Amino acid sequence: MQSSSGGVRMLPVQLESPSRSVVPRVAAALWSAVAVVVLIIGFRQAIFLVPTEATMGNVQRIFYYHLPSAILGMIFPYINCAASLAYLFLRRRDPWKALGADALAVASAEITVIFVSIGLLTGSLWAKPAWGIWWAWDARTTTYLVLWMLYVSYLLARRFSGGNDQGHTLAAVISVFAAINVPISFMSIRWWRTQHPAPVFGGDGSLDPSFYPAVWWNLAGWALWGFLVLGLRYSLERRRQRIQEEAALEAIEASLEITQ
Amino acid sequence: MNYIRQVFRHLKKDLQLEWRSRDAINGMLFFSLLVVVVFSIAFDPTGNPTTTRQISGGILWIALLFASVTALNQSWAREVRNSVLDAQRMAPAPASALFLGKALANLAFVTAVELVLAPLFVVFFDVHALGDGWLLLAIMPLGTWALVVNGTFFAALGLRTRNRELLLPLLLFPISVPAILSMVNATTDVLTGDVDPIQPYFWLKLLAAYDIIFTTVCLLLFETILHAE
Repeated sequence: MQSSSGGVRMLPVQLESPSRSVVPRVAAALWSAVAVVVLIIGFRQAIFLVPTEATMGNVQRIFYYHLPSAILGMIFPYINCAASLAYLFLRRRDPWKALGADALAVASAEITVIFVSIGLLTGSLWAKPAWGIWWAWDARTTTYLVLWMLYVSYLLARRFSGGNDQGHTLAAVISVFAAINVPISFMSIRWWRTQHPAPVFGGDGSLDPSFYPAVWWNLAGWALWGFLVLGLRYSLERRRQRIQEEAALEAIEASLEITQ
Repeated sequence: MNYIRQVFRHLKKDLQLEWRSRDAINGMLFFSLLVVVVFSIAFDPTGNPTTTRQISGGILWIALLFASVTALNQSWAREVRNSVLDAQRMAPAPASALFLGKALANLAFVTAVELVLAPLFVVFFDVHALGDGWLLLAIMPLGTWALVVNGTFFAALGLRTRNRELLLPLLLFPISVPAILSMVNATTDVLTGDVDPIQPYFWLKLLAAYDIIFTTVCLLLFETILHAE
């Protein structure tokens, strides 16, 4: 190790400094305000304004919360897969950007699990009065349960593999596997259940236009909420990564001072 | 050509090691036997022959799934001992050859277990195929490969994680859902024989497609796993 008077010159790490600008904060505050307002409108539409459904009555109103979660739970896995592929592509080229992709991957996986869990729970609550059972093993619920299992196992594997670069790589690979598996299991379970005829349940067909306002307001509101939480979770993970990198750098510097 | 020779060498090494210790096969064999016996306690196999016929395909595959998980967890352990895996990492041979050799060796082990387990099934559950029995000759290897290829991959993936014994089933079972669905349905269709004869072929094709897709993915991503750090 060379002396401190010359040789070793520590380069500053290429990290973005924690943003002091108020723009992201104001944007986040505005975004959450809009989300809350839209959710309030959606709640009013779903519970008070939209006409009561003819056969199922008020129970059907849970549908306005079930549908947005079910749809959004199928959108966030795409973000997870794209971010994981980006991580695998960037990890040797630009490690700091790769960590950003990893932060996006973990944020989107967690939100996927939240939305799919809400979708499963609300669906089950609706199924009890509508079908008489909490859980019917029909194609759609089964595929949805498989989706939930895939992303829970992804998060568990992340936890087990530790928060280092190796763990990120393993998690990204699992995410690719999960993303490939989703369409295969969706199709195979659909074929399975259509070959063994199950009763055809209602609610699959058309929706009367008078219900549309509740559906659209709630879908918009929960999408706004989902992307808000995604952004917050991403920036939280990003800060954790920055602190970790700075601590690692300080440890290296400290070790250089001792050994000289 | 060179690649095939490397795969063959890895396969030969694994078979030789297993031949000397016989840990994996003995363990799997007894384990799957235990699963079969426990299942026969859970319901009455001789009292309800129709029910037995309908569910024995599923029981067979569940026994094999559990048994192969126990063996797959150990399959990379002998590479870790004496830092063999680090040597493999530095070797100029392609990483996927190592993976393919290991997966083929695991396929051989699980197939050996199946060859012993199948007669036991006939004895204990009194099943014989009412459909085209020879179809099982295609269903069994394809189904076993579906379990083994992903299982070998995830066992390697879990090598450097905490709780690696637990991680393998956690990852393998959800990913294997389409494969388990196909092999159980195909086997049940063959055993009961009361569906239209096209159906087993349909599941067989799905299983083959699953095998091709995931073998490709495993071969492409194994190098990333091996050098992940």
